Amino acid sequence: MRRRLRAWDAAVLLLLAAWATPFFWQLRTSFTPDVELLTTDRAVPAHPTLIHYRAVVDRSVMPRALLNSLGVASITTLLAIALGLPAAYALARLPVPGKGLLLLAVVASTAFPQITTVSPLYLLLRALGLRDTWTALVLADTSFALPLLMWLLAGFIRDIPLELEEAAFLDGAGRVAVVRRVILPLVAPGVASAALLTFLAAWNEFLFAFTFTATEASRTVPVALALFPGVFEVPWGDIAAASMLAALPPIVIVVALQRWLVRGLVAGALKE
Amino acid sequence: MTARQRADRRAGLAFAAPAMLALGALAAYPALWVLWLSLQQRVPIFGIARFVGLDHFLFLAGDARFWNAVRVTLVFTLASVALELALGVAVALALQRQRTGRRLALSLLLLGWALPSVVTAKLFEWLYHPSAGLVNVVLGGHAINWLGDPRLALPALVAADVWRTMPFVALLCYARLLTIPVEVYEAARVDGAGRAATLRSITLPLLRPILLVALLFRTLDALRAFDLMFVLTGGGPANTTETLTVYAYRSLFQTLQLGFGAAIGVVVFALVMAVAWGYLRALRGAGVAA
Repeated sequence: MRRRLRAWDAAVLLLLAAWATPFFWQLRTSFTPDVELLTTDRAVPAHPTLIHYRAVVDRSVMPRALLNSLGVASITTLLAIALGLPAAYALARLPVPGKGLLLLAVVASTAFPQITTVSPLYLLLRALGLRDTWTALVLADTSFALPLLMWLLAGFIRDIPLELEEAAFLDGAGRVAVVRRVILPLVAPGVASAALLTFLAAWNEFLFAFTFTATEASRTVPVALALFPGVFEVPWGDIAAASMLAALPPIVIVVALQRWLVRGLVAGALKE
Repeated sequence: MTARQRADRRAGLAFAAPAMLALGALAAYPALWVLWLSLQQRVPIFGIARFVGLDHFLFLAGDARFWNAVRVTLVFTLASVALELALGVAVALALQRQRTGRRLALSLLLLGWALPSVVTAKLFEWLYHPSAGLVNVVLGGHAINWLGDPRLALPALVAADVWRTMPFVALLCYARLLTIPVEVYEAARVDGAGRAATLRSITLPLLRPILLVALLFRTLDALRAFDLMFVLTGGGPANTTETLTVYAYRSLFQTLQLGFGAAIGVVVFALVMAVAWGYLRALRGAGVAA
């Protein structure tokens, strides 16, 4: 029985590795010299090379784009937490006037298609003189990051037993002190999960970034990758290397921070 | 009203107000503005801005390109969501019996889901390459032009989308399967239920609620999908992969007809909201609490 189960485990892992082939093939391509790109009968290139990575780092806008993406995604995440955490607590615990309607609005705005709001946001950001800035992207990304984060955090806060807060009130603590001393420590893992999902969504965002940026001053990684230049022919190896750099944060999140990612993903769906 | 209740009301307002103002300015306001925009003729480069009422929508009703985009959007959504759900359940069932290496399994599974869709587009553009692409190599060296053939481009696009979104369905189902107590399965075995009977009368019914949630999420995402087709095929060849979102984008920012593009965006919005509303009604009707 035990041996059969092990065989099953190995089979499932193989199957999932096969599913991930498109990624691994691109990883292989990123280390393959141009002359070998048409040689597909080896799993590992005969002469692995770093030349594509060097080309991307030294002669493309990718390093700047990585910085832009890191900045925009981090600031968006921090802003969403700063605005969303108190609001999530209010929606979960406090008597806010029109609460039912507010909750409905939050859920509805997670379903807004970006293609619908992209044109008014474009006019708005242009009127504010914010085109091609980090600020524009942070504001635009907040429009989908904030409702997502609020929804997740309100769920996590509802899971915290009310008695813990009541005990603190009896000790004479005020509302703000209760939030800081009781709620914050308990919801911290939930905040980590929600922050990861928010960061990932902002890192991967393409439509807003493609529309609101014009130069490398604010172009993010997905935009730089979509516009990756080729002079005479498509530089497949360089594109592969750039793809791998764009994939780095998602890989770290999936591999090293998996527990928090899964928790956030599952919570968002199961608490509907 | 006690002092505590009054203080709570004040705190509730103070805590919620900043987020609500932000959502009002960045989500609600644009959502209302786009309705107004869709009733205008706006071509900024020619300085045109006038009210045209429902003209754009009337034009769309007779626009062959629009109906093609509707068809592409629906075919893409139905095919992609159906395949994701079927494969996702299968993978979740396979993972349920996994005893070792679960973390590695989830890493491999979630990788495709976590990547930016622009990266996915670049991955598949290379896989589908007519002469050097892995797909053609595996199929025996035919030089099939997957993304250039009007009959193949949409299926190729669906395959790429299923690759990146199946993991989401699989993960949700797997998480649900983990919460089914072992005793349930033991009881079924004692009652003499075989593997197929257990799957049919225990596992799948228990998966139903989470599958409905996954169905809703995935349908909404597929209807408003944009990045993958815009980067992988750009709507081509011959508009065979031009979804409503791509048609809207091209109208907005390539031919710069802001009012007309906004009208298509409003159609996408209405479609998404109608589907969400329909699902929620159906869920409530079935008495399912996920």
